[in-house]
Amino acid sequence: MSEIIDILLGLGDKFASHIVLAASAIGLGILVALPLAIWASRSPAVSRLALGFASLVQTIPALALLALFFPILLSLRTVFGEDLPTLGFLPALLALALYALLPILRNAVTAQANLDQQILEAADGVGMTSWQKLRLVEAPLAAPFIMAGIRTASVWTIGAATLATTIGQPSLGDPIFAGLQTQNWALVVAGCIASAGLALAADALLGMIERGIASRRKWQWGAGLTAVILGLCAAFIAQGGSEDDETIIIASKQFSEQYILAQLIGSQLEQAGYTVAYRDGLGSAVVHSAVASSNIDISVDYTGTIWTNELGRIDNPGREEMYDTIVDWERETTGVRVLGRLGFENAYAFAMRADRSAALGITSLEDMAAVAPQLTLGGDPEFFERPEWIAVREAYGLRVGETRNFSPTFMYNALKSGEADAISAYTSDGRIAADKLVVLEDPREALPSYDAMLMLSPRIADDKAIAAALRPLIGAISVEAMREANFAVDREGEGKLTPKEAARELARKIGL
Amino acid sequence: MVNTLVTPTAGRVLFGDDDVTTLPQAKLRRRVGYVFQGIGLFPHFTVGENIAVGPRLAGEQLQGERIAELLALVELDPDMASRLPDELSGGQRQRVGVARALAGDPELLIMDEPFGALDPITRDALGEKVRELHARLGLTTIMVTHDMAEALLLADRVLVMDQGDLVADETPRALLNGHGGKIAQGLVAVPREQAERLASMEDDPT
Repeated sequence: MSEIIDILLGLGDKFASHIVLAASAIGLGILVALPLAIWASRSPAVSRLALGFASLVQTIPALALLALFFPILLSLRTVFGEDLPTLGFLPALLALALYALLPILRNAVTAQANLDQQILEAADGVGMTSWQKLRLVEAPLAAPFIMAGIRTASVWTIGAATLATTIGQPSLGDPIFAGLQTQNWALVVAGCIASAGLALAADALLGMIERGIASRRKWQWGAGLTAVILGLCAAFIAQGGSEDDETIIIASKQFSEQYILAQLIGSQLEQAGYTVAYRDGLGSAVVHSAVASSNIDISVDYTGTIWTNELGRIDNPGREEMYDTIVDWERETTGVRVLGRLGFENAYAFAMRADRSAALGITSLEDMAAVAPQLTLGGDPEFFERPEWIAVREAYGLRVGETRNFSPTFMYNALKSGEADAISAYTSDGRIAADKLVVLEDPREALPSYDAMLMLSPRIADDKAIAAALRPLIGAISVEAMREANFAVDREGEGKLTPKEAARELARKIGL
Repeated sequence: MVNTLVTPTAGRVLFGDDDVTTLPQAKLRRRVGYVFQGIGLFPHFTVGENIAVGPRLAGEQLQGERIAELLALVELDPDMASRLPDELSGGQRQRVGVARALAGDPELLIMDEPFGALDPITRDALGEKVRELHARLGLTTIMVTHDMAEALLLADRVLVMDQGDLVADETPRALLNGHGGKIAQGLVAVPREQAERLASMEDDPT
């Protein structure tokens, strides 16, 4: 419990940026929805079109909507120039504002449609122009309903804003995603408490404004509004100025190794006198583009990932050639500087429980091919779509009985409980050693290499001091050391470390 | 049609010498006091604000004294100015409706079934009151009603409409003396028979 409170107290800046993001999105939603609602009340066609569009947006999962804005903004760069941010605040703002649109729009349109016809006729009868009618009659009578829509939108938006973490916008999703990946439930609970508390507070204050408007009590909505404005001011002030151009931003994808390495890189840079900030839990697909566009300065990526996702290659020229090709390609195409390899691989490999491996007599993929039809194979959600799997299947003529998808964290539990006979493991995963798993050999070299590389954005590519601060990491981390650090974070109970602690331990071990 | 809430499909409506469709709409409506069937007070305005809305639209601010005077005119307590319409009875609300219609010193007062929603006693009292104001303020008043007795008792001139056509244009006295044609006489027969039946009950104590 005290752990959760400690985490909550340290969430101040995430809290502030969460409020700023959610409030801006709701504000933008209101700015778009209200004029649209007025237009819709005067034209049934506009009403159908606007509500239809808003409902359609609502059917897109929030996570997908956030991710979609990355390619959209990227393509808009041809119009607005290279300075248009594609990650972080802007795409999160746009996606969440779209999401906030529906409840506000629907309530405003419904309120206008349900206004008492006799009162509207009276407004015409006393000689109001259409603007006077809107200002003096329609708007005040619809206001409580519109306010109710804004209230609904606020609660949704505050909840959905936690997902902004995946596109590099700091929010209360940061502790939630980090906690889910590293199985640190205190972090998850703290993040949930903070965002739920924020949603409840917003709901209560907006509810007070809503009731104040409905019962025409000025002091009530005035007090609610004042509280909301004060809260927003505090958040804007708290958020302002925490980052500037000098800050080095370090990315991590959504797994423990990435969190640990980000902390390791961060502490190296801090020792060299730099200010650093972390963008944790980014979607794997956006990290490379984020570095290439200098939205983020440093990431750790893997040769096999870049090879297939960025170069679009499916062949396997061997470890060294693959690395050299990528270094040249990045330098010439994206301007990203590959500073070097950290020394370990986080490749795909197939792992089995030792007893199962012995019982079936399987130690390599060739052995597995013989009995494959009787086996259930587990993989992470993308594995069975990846070229590596296709390559392995073709190289060994694998015909597997069943394939099942698990999240990386639960894959090992599935292996342990016998729900899968073999899984697509990662070679640097701490649980390989901890669970005493057998990693199947790959005699035909069908699986490509996944050397961890240190990537620097074009903005800092030529910065000699940064390169000097990070060079001690190059070639320094063995797969055993990485496995140990990963396991310390992934394990349950005694000896479990936070990524930061694990990074410190790792630094000590490799002699930094 | 007079204040162009509805546009005529044929023919013209003249206000003074002008075709109403050629006059600026909002301005025209401020020259015509309009009492609605559904009363149509603005629920978020106080009684005083409701009364003052017409002049407010024209850019003038109605003084408290004038609002009190208008309330007194329709026999309401001037203290009611600060109340909301929801707190008033139906009869009181329609009195406010009449006061609102008179606030802009209109040249013409239109009353569209103004007493339809009221109980008979309130209805009778308010009818008398309006007639008195009509005389005192020298108004031109057009009242629409389905109740022939009301028309005969309050009006100087009764026009009977049937399916959109004008079928009679007579004084109440002429109507009661058999003029105006079959449709008008059919309508006059109703209150007359009612009155005769009521009278016969009084004469015959059994």
